[in-house]
Order: sequence, then C-alpha cells, then structure tokens
Amino acid sequence: MALLEVRGLGKRFGGVQAVKDVSFRVERGTVKAVIGPNGAGKTTLFDLLSGFRAPDTGTVRFKETRIEGRPPHQIAALGLSRTFQNIKLFGHMTALENVMVGRHVRSRSGFVAGMLDLPATRREERDIEAAALEVMDFLGVARLARAPAGSLSYGQQRAVELARALAAEPELLLLDEPAAGLNMRETADLARVIGRIRGRGVTVLIVEHDMSLVMGISDEVVVLCFGEKIADADPRSVQQDPDVVRVYLGE
Amino acid sequence: MRGSRHLQVGLFAAAVVAAQLVAQASGKGFFLTQLTMTAYYTLVVLGLSLLMGYAGQISLGQAGFFAIGGYTSAALTTLDLSGQRGQAWVAALARARLLLARPDLYGGEVLSVQPWAAFGLAVLLGAVVAVSLGVPVLRLKGHYLAMATLAFGTIVSSVVVGTQRLGAADGISGVPPFELGAGIRIGGGGAHRLQSYYLAWGLVALAMLLLLNLIHSRAGRALGAIHGAEDAARAMGVDTARLKLQTFVLAAVMATVAGSLLTHYNGGIGPSEASVMKSVRYVAIVAVGGMGSLWGTLSASAVLNFLSLRGYFGSYDDAVFGGILVLVMLFAPAGILQADLRGILRQLAPRRGAPGGEG
Repeated sequence: MALLEVRGLGKRFGGVQAVKDVSFRVERGTVKAVIGPNGAGKTTLFDLLSGFRAPDTGTVRFKETRIEGRPPHQIAALGLSRTFQNIKLFGHMTALENVMVGRHVRSRSGFVAGMLDLPATRREERDIEAAALEVMDFLGVARLARAPAGSLSYGQQRAVELARALAAEPELLLLDEPAAGLNMRETADLARVIGRIRGRGVTVLIVEHDMSLVMGISDEVVVLCFGEKIADADPRSVQQDPDVVRVYLGE
Repeated sequence: MRGSRHLQVGLFAAAVVAAQLVAQASGKGFFLTQLTMTAYYTLVVLGLSLLMGYAGQISLGQAGFFAIGGYTSAALTTLDLSGQRGQAWVAALARARLLLARPDLYGGEVLSVQPWAAFGLAVLLGAVVAVSLGVPVLRLKGHYLAMATLAFGTIVSSVVVGTQRLGAADGISGVPPFELGAGIRIGGGGAHRLQSYYLAWGLVALAMLLLLNLIHSRAGRALGAIHGAEDAARAMGVDTARLKLQTFVLAAVMATVAGSLLTHYNGGIGPSEASVMKSVRYVAIVAVGGMGSLWGTLSASAVLNFLSLRGYFGSYDDAVFGGILVLVMLFAPAGILQADLRGILRQLAPRRGAPGGEG
C-alpha cells in the first residue's frame, strides 16, 4: 500500500478548475516531484493534501486513512509535514524556537501544565530543545539557533523552515518550491540535503519549478498542466514525453 | 531562562514590599487601599495582555467578566436565607458548610452563601460564559471580534443596570469580607489593610509567575507561532482554535477572580464596573504597556490605575483612558516602553518647505 494515495482530486475556484481529477501515488521511501508551468495547480494540490483547503471531489489516503477535508493540525499529527513557497517563519522568535514549534506534534504538555512548569513538563521541554538542535545540526544551521528568525538571510530562512518541518519527524514531507529564490550553489546544496533527508527514511513530495533539481533527485515525476495530470513516470520518461515537451517548451 | 523568570518575580516582590514601606513611612498608609485595588485590576489586564499580545485576539468585554465575578459573589454573599431556614435545601446547604451566618446591622442574623462557595461558583460561571462566547466568537478576526466582545460587554452592563436583584443603578453593598482562615481576610477595613495589600499583590506575583511559565512553554510557543504565522502554526500541528479558546478562557477567569475578590475587599460593587468604558480602559492599559509585554502591562497598570483611583484624573477619568488609547495607537503601537521618541518628534514637528509642495 502506498504511503499517500490521491484519487480523482478536484478543486474549483469560481470559474477556474484549479485541480481536475488528479490521481497519483507516493510510495514509502521515495522522492516524488510535482512539476508544471505557473498556474498548473501545484500549490492548490499541496493545500488540498495538507488540509488548508477541502477538495470538491476525490479522496486522499495517507497511511490508509482518509484525510481530505481534515484540518491541518490533525493531518500534521498523523505524520505529514510541509514547508511553504513563501517561507512562513515566526519572525519574532529565534531560529531554535521556530524549530521547537516543529516538535509540537511530538510532545504533549498542555496549557495548564505549561503554567505550572511541572517536572515532567521541564523534562519534555529539554527533550524538545535537544531534538530541535539535533535537526538543526543535521541541516547545518545549528549555529543560527539563537538568531531571531526574521534577521536571517533568505537561504538560511529556507533551511530553518525545512528544519522546523523535519523536527516533526514526518513520514511524508511536502516541500513547496524549496528552490525558489535560491542561487545555483544553494540549489545544489538543497538537492544533497533532500537526498540525506530521504536517507533518514522520510518520504518526500516536492513541488518544484526548477526542472534540473527535480530530475536529479526524484524517483518519479507528476506533471500538471492547467490542473490536469499529463504525465506520471520516472524522470527520463517524463523528459521524453511529447506532451510534457510541448507544455514546457511550447513546441 | 527559568532562573531569570524567578529573579524577575523576586524583584517584583521586593518592589511590592518597598512600595508598602515607603507608603507607611511617609504617613500615606491609606495609599495601600488604592494600591490593593490596583492589584486586582492588574490581574484583569495581565490576562488581557496575554490574549492580545500572544494569542492576537482583542476583547472589549473584560469588564463583563469582571462584573460576572463581582456580582455573583456580591449577590450570593448578601442573599438572606434566614427566612428559609426550615426548607430542606437550605438545611442541606448548611450541612455542606456552604452557608455563613453573620449578624446584620440591626442585631438580627443574616444567613448567606459562604464567600468560598460564591467565589467557586463565580469562577465556574465566568469560565462557562467564556467558553460559550469564545467558541463562536473566536472564529472572528480583528474588528469583528472586537465588536462581538463589545456586544457581550454591553449585554452584561445592561443586565446589571436593569436587574433589581442586582441593585440596578445602586449596585450591591454590604458584601462581607472573604475569610481565608487563620484570621486572614480580604476586606474588612483599616485593620486588615496590610494583609489585604499583600494578598492582592501576592496573587499578582503568582499570576505573573504562571503566565511567564506559560509563555516559555510548549503552549506559549504555539501561541507565539499563531501570532507570527498562523498557517505555519497549523501546519506544525497547532490546534489554533483550541489554543485561542484556552487563552480567552484564562483571561476571562482572571477577570472573574479579580471581580469577585475586589468586591469582597470593597464590600460591594456598582454597575460602573460592568461598563464598556472599563473594558476600553483595560485595553488602553495593555496598549500602553505594550501588547505581549507582561511586565510592561503590569507597570502601566500599577501607575495608571493608582493615579485613577487616587482621583488624579478627576471627572475626566474615562476621557483620559480613551485619549491614552488613541495616542498610543497613533504614536507608539508597540507600547510606551518601545516608543520611538525621535520618530514621534519628527512626526509632530512642523514640516518646512517640502520641495514640490502645494502653494
């Protein structure tokens, strides 16, 4: 059984069919990419998978549980974590605190326990911090721990956001255009990092514009065009698919 | 982090002691009365500061919760059940030690509800109202949330003024002191002024410690996350609706507790405590202190409430707080302590001969 199975997914905004009858599967332990020209419906697809929007039609099964239409926090708790195309960090908090929020689904101390600062709460707090630092170290941003997130460079913010998503120890990581705004060297670093994340046993679904990044790291590629799936295969076959070539190169 | 938190609260406790010693030494011992009242109003604004600064939600209904606390305590502890002594339910309440018999002014006996029981009921009522108001209302944002809580405050205010059992325009007086045991009580005139002062500020110190713990905890980080980027908080598994509701209920309960205890201290409560202008005043104090700055809120509350209670603002009291709110929003939206003084002066300075200007 696939880790994620999407069937007949559809979403309409007024007169625009943003996503139309899209089906695909993401196998455990793989890296899958969703590509397509601007307006192909990639970000809408991500919003449907992570609970930020409810689909009009279709189903999403994650670990064999139906998740379509569920609120984001419940989907996150099941083990699905995401980043955002336009980085959404908590600017007034430090980088470490940002990553510690990523541990939210892996910890449990509640409102009242937090007020009382119980021994169990303190212990958990130490664990949260240690786990957050470990992830930051893994991504090479541990030295930024005490810096306010808002003061970091663009590339550093991308890395901290990735650390935050990874701190949740997700089974499926959704990356929404992680290379947007990165230079070529940073993009190459990112490709290596995604390889190492996969090495941790995390399945990755990535929406990306940058074809070179996607072709190098993905096991499978889904191509969307005007909300419809036009290809779903390994990178080599997709690159040679006449429909894809037509969409990307405009003949 | 934790050490500095305890140190801060320790310094605050020292300031409370110092204020008392200075007041006594300078022959202004009667100041302690207004300072004690200030402490209870400070509880209200601390809860509101958390709600506004951390959960990012505004409430113009805090006076409503204060009134729920004050009026519940006042009504129950001044209720006279001595005529119903024979009734089974009165006997049952008496057996459960929920009733208190005390002499009235004319030598008779009044049988009313124990302050403890009334307090418990008041807090429960405040929490229940907060949950039932919060669930629908916290879906709203910004102006709409402000208007919905304002409407709640208006309802409480008009119920209070329009209900004879609650004393209508006169309010309720003759509320007994709150006996805490071992001769310690809240209220009851000059002899208990000192202990009431320390009880009230001790409660503020405790509240401060609990709130500081909270904002440095998992839940507090999640609150900060909601404020920083709500979508990202949700994507990280934060149940934003639940957390906002918890904060709203906490702020409401703090206001209810303050209302109940201050009513015992004052020996009564009047409808002005429920007025919407009181809610505006609480928001103004939080704004002065800086939203999300608990120490800033505490300082602003201590100064402004004390000045107001001492009557320094005269009959312009409400106008002063309204004016303060406008000025803070215009010139120092992050609070007085974070004010950009040079920026303000630049804004106020007359603009001279800007090139390309009219005329």
